[in-house]
Amino acid sequence: MMRFSYQKPASVSEAAGLLAADPSAQIIAGGTNIVDLMKYDVTRPGTIIDINALELTGIAVNTEGSLVLGALATNAETAYHPDVVNGWPLLSSAILAGASAQLRNAATNGGNLLQRTRCYYFYDPSTPCNKRRPGSGCGALEGVNRIHAILGESENCIAVHPSDMCIALAALDAVVTVEGPSGKREIAFEDFHRLPGDIPEADNNLQRGEIITAITVPTNDFGQHHTYLKLRDRQSYAFALVSVAAAVKLDGDTLSEIRVAVGGVAHKPWRRKDVEAEFVGRPATRATFEAFAQALTAGATGHGQNDFKLELAPRAIVRALEQAAAGTPQSQTHKVIV
Amino acid sequence: MASASSSKLGQPTRRIDGRLKVTGAAKYAAEYPAENLLHGYVVVSTIAVGRIVSIDTRDARTVPGVLEIITHNSYPGMSWWDRDWQDETAPPGHPFRPLHSDRILFDGQPIALVVAESFEAARDAAALVHVLYEVGEPNTDLRAASDAAYVPKQKRQGIQPPPKPRGDAEAAFAAAAMKVEAEYTQPSEHHNPIELFATTCVYDDGKLTIYDKTQGSQNSQAYVCGVFDLKPENVRVLNPFVGGAFGSGLRPRYQLFLAVMASLKLKRSVRVEVSRREMFYLSYRPITEQTVALGADPSGKLHSIQHDAVQGTSRFEDYQETVVNWSGLAYQADNTALTYELAQLDTDTPGDMRAPGAATGVFALETAMDELAVTTGVDPVELRKLNYTYRDEDNDKDFTSKALHACYREGAERFGWSERNPEPGSMRDGHQRIGYGMAGGFWEAQVVPAEATVRLNADGTAEIKAAATDIGTGTYTALALVAADELGLSVEAIDVEIGDSDLPTNSVQGGSRMAASAGTAVLLACRAIKERLLKQAQKTKGNMFAQAALEDTIFENGSIALKGDPGQSVALTELMSDGKAIEEGGKASPDKKVAQNYLGYTHSAVFVEVRVDDDLGMVRVVRVVSAIAAGRIMNPKAARSQILGGVVMGIGMALHEEGFFDHRTGRIMNHNLAEYHVPANADIEDIEVIFVDEKDDLINPMGVKGLGEIGIVGVAAAVGNAIYHATGKRLRDLPFTIDKIIA
Amino acid sequence: MTEHTGASSSEGHAITLAINGIERQLQVHPWTTLLDLLREDLALTGTKKGCDHGQCGACTVLIDGVRINSCLTLAVMKDGAEITTVEGLATGTDLHPVQEAFIEHDAFQCGYCTPGQICSAVGLIKEGHAHNREEIRELMSGNICRCGAYTNIVDAIEDAMAQQNAGVPAQ
Repeated sequence: MMRFSYQKPASVSEAAGLLAADPSAQIIAGGTNIVDLMKYDVTRPGTIIDINALELTGIAVNTEGSLVLGALATNAETAYHPDVVNGWPLLSSAILAGASAQLRNAATNGGNLLQRTRCYYFYDPSTPCNKRRPGSGCGALEGVNRIHAILGESENCIAVHPSDMCIALAALDAVVTVEGPSGKREIAFEDFHRLPGDIPEADNNLQRGEIITAITVPTNDFGQHHTYLKLRDRQSYAFALVSVAAAVKLDGDTLSEIRVAVGGVAHKPWRRKDVEAEFVGRPATRATFEAFAQALTAGATGHGQNDFKLELAPRAIVRALEQAAAGTPQSQTHKVIV
Repeated sequence: MASASSSKLGQPTRRIDGRLKVTGAAKYAAEYPAENLLHGYVVVSTIAVGRIVSIDTRDARTVPGVLEIITHNSYPGMSWWDRDWQDETAPPGHPFRPLHSDRILFDGQPIALVVAESFEAARDAAALVHVLYEVGEPNTDLRAASDAAYVPKQKRQGIQPPPKPRGDAEAAFAAAAMKVEAEYTQPSEHHNPIELFATTCVYDDGKLTIYDKTQGSQNSQAYVCGVFDLKPENVRVLNPFVGGAFGSGLRPRYQLFLAVMASLKLKRSVRVEVSRREMFYLSYRPITEQTVALGADPSGKLHSIQHDAVQGTSRFEDYQETVVNWSGLAYQADNTALTYELAQLDTDTPGDMRAPGAATGVFALETAMDELAVTTGVDPVELRKLNYTYRDEDNDKDFTSKALHACYREGAERFGWSERNPEPGSMRDGHQRIGYGMAGGFWEAQVVPAEATVRLNADGTAEIKAAATDIGTGTYTALALVAADELGLSVEAIDVEIGDSDLPTNSVQGGSRMAASAGTAVLLACRAIKERLLKQAQKTKGNMFAQAALEDTIFENGSIALKGDPGQSVALTELMSDGKAIEEGGKASPDKKVAQNYLGYTHSAVFVEVRVDDDLGMVRVVRVVSAIAAGRIMNPKAARSQILGGVVMGIGMALHEEGFFDHRTGRIMNHNLAEYHVPANADIEDIEVIFVDEKDDLINPMGVKGLGEIGIVGVAAAVGNAIYHATGKRLRDLPFTIDKIIA
Repeated sequence: MTEHTGASSSEGHAITLAINGIERQLQVHPWTTLLDLLREDLALTGTKKGCDHGQCGACTVLIDGVRINSCLTLAVMKDGAEITTVEGLATGTDLHPVQEAFIEHDAFQCGYCTPGQICSAVGLIKEGHAHNREEIRELMSGNICRCGAYTNIVDAIEDAMAQQNAGVPAQ
């Protein structure tokens, strides 16, 4: 771990200013990702900016009925908050599928969006990784790539975004509020995270100095027609191989709305609104869901050890849609997959 | 001997070290304080084969608090002879010598030690050590290496090579009406005890007091003395608490060497604790490829058993374990051919990991047996019973005891095996396909030489001393129970001191031998004490005990009495009213006479219910019944825990555990606990443990067999067999992950 | 009195932590984790280091009553917090009900993950989200036990919970 200096700004503008001024500075909120990365020498900030004095911990429903999550509210506070449980149960479920209770107690909402990939090569400074060190190559492409992407990759990077919360936020059309040297702006969730392309080192579209202050999730009326389904190599405390956040609205037996975001398959939550639009009005049957799954995963490529995701992802999407349509969301504690 | 009703042995007893553990007061190797303590942090190689061209420590030395950076360039002289580096369980070959030369032999090889005033300084400086390598071409792929597989010339001490063939297995197989022939693979599995390997070496004017994470304090002591040419009286190793080991502590690990080396060089106390990443590079269950061929007649009676195994080892030691021998022991067949070979890989030497050899070999054998059950249509339990053996044919000896039939019967009954519809995929519940699978288990039951002293104090308390180890197995409580039972005292009155090389001789804790061996030593010491007490009673209580022999007496409630007349008892404190303690030593060793004609084993039958999602491939092990025949159970509470632990590790072996090698570099890419999965709490549902009645008068005076390892044997096969029953899909490559199930 | 814990006053940050009820003035480097502060500087070795990366839970302590991995917590960020470690759970010689339950149910073997399990269990009970064995298992999954004592750990926690809700039958 590199030695670093420590600052604790009192306001968002002060924090943004510090970030913008020092290219080697990074913010720390819950610390569950950045301290991990610093200990592995994956990241070596010269200055750590503790933003916990910024008053961004609120969780409330605003006058438009949208859920406003403070960036510094913890994942646990968010998941168990009565407004979230009642009004955005998909979000609560997704959060509770991730990490462990201890980690959820410390991790913040903003930090969850910014967490880095779990790629073995990213984490191992002695191996090539274009994300960690641009131009050094991609160790995973022809290496151990069991947990890697099948959609949206480039030859530079096949890493996956590991968050569960983000998959739900993507499905729920959340909006991220950020503040930086150029002021405040809002970023639609689908525009927050990037695909690797030629700049795999950039996980998201934040500009230097911008800090997430809030995440707003619009009201919804999916009721119980949602699910967060997570498939992984053990029953808990493990990242997703494939995960699906699904929510539907039914008009009789037909789909009047369908939203699916997939995790574990790409550099960002994988969602295709164009595909969703095509399936509005179709019967809520397995055949429809299978067709949807094929359309959503169209173009998927395996890289050897993750070829199984080509089969697993569509199957997971189908099951998730069946659960959502039936109004039987997956429980994160009762491990039977209904 | 205590009367049956008041016998402590066989009563569930809380661990006597429990309070220390639940309050955080129990100290482990990295937790002992020392004055002016220095901290060492290990720098490890990031290539698997090659040479260090240069090590640049300039940046590292700028970190405040760094004292010294020791590399192969500053390697102080020590013993030249391999034998001084070979510990109790070392396999044949050349033991690895840390920092010995610029040659890199395996990924994760220690190449430098940064010594600093604080842990953080050492750690942060280590990250600034820049190493330039000449990179060679590694081979860590067993499949590729097995073309050059060989039978090890020099056998590993204590490990039996495969027995000679019986009959003509190939011909009998060819002629058999029912055939099963298949390949089975198992990846590297890593012990990953939660405690990191660590050594705190306290230096005092040339004398060393070493707190080491080890399964044998005297093993570490002998190693240090041999390597550094030190006198045993100047080296004391202590390991009163060990945070799990599962075999990884059977050999001294390199942090012991590095800490002592730095301590001697700098004449100060030094602590070295490795990181979790390094834990993957010291000791692991070897990568194995096996072929099993079974030939039987339509009734399922075996006529031919062939079992071949190839295991990966390092380039400098021929690690060996008994993989295939179990196939000659487990079932009766007139024709057997068992072979075992090694192939060299550019890895560190593997090491014993819970039921080494058996966990691996029995996985293949018990899966093949299940395949035979399918082929013949015979029920898997019936198939085992049909081929039951009543003696060890390969060693031409009888069993000291073998209640495996009871395991089959009681396990099947408790599990509800009769409810099983044998048709694969026939049992369902919604999306869940239900599978029932079973397997048998086999492990050694040995007594090895062990010593203990017991001291009975005049106030009716007692002290036990032995250089034994408790790695979570419950040694403290087991030894206390033996003494409490023999002397008729309460467990609370017994103080147990173990984990100290100064104490009476004991070998490493491994092979499930400790309770039987050290326990027997305690028993013998207690008997000697009782003889003296009886003599004292005869002297002072005249007529009461005249003519009585030890077997005529009962010791209970702190008193001695005659069996026929328990109402008339004399308190031990009364017999010892002169205030002098009675101390006796006990030496246990295998009974050579018994060994001429008998061998001891533990046996098990494990029954597993899995639920497999019919589309998504996720597997849950929802129910396990493990029926164990292990002789007399000293402490049912701790014994059950040992089996539970073995079953959990077996579930990990079956479903989760695998070292992911990038064969291009020879590096293990998932060298952390986030990506190397051991079972988490949510993976473990109902496990029930049954101990069947098994009386063994031959194995040792207590009739006790060890329990640390039998619990894992057969579990992986039972899980795989259950998955087959659920899905009709036969899996033979561990671990049975989701990709293999949906393939 | 300020304890110098590896950091001089010129380079460290002054913080106050109430550890097991005792307030301590400390001088810490920003890069010092709470775990290393406890183990290396304050001789509170009850809290264990199993992986140092938040992947095993052995380092679990309670910060203001909430269970957290201390290995991923920078001490400097917890100025003013109340820390409870395993050493602070007993009251004099009376063990905490969770500690007692762990002994009774043999919910440990080697004992190394045990302090983390116990602190985690205390935190779990306070959180109030576990009402049956399934939920206990899931919500305790952040504590790895390689000895495989999970079955007994769940038994112990069920028992301790039931005692806490005395009068309300455990499910």
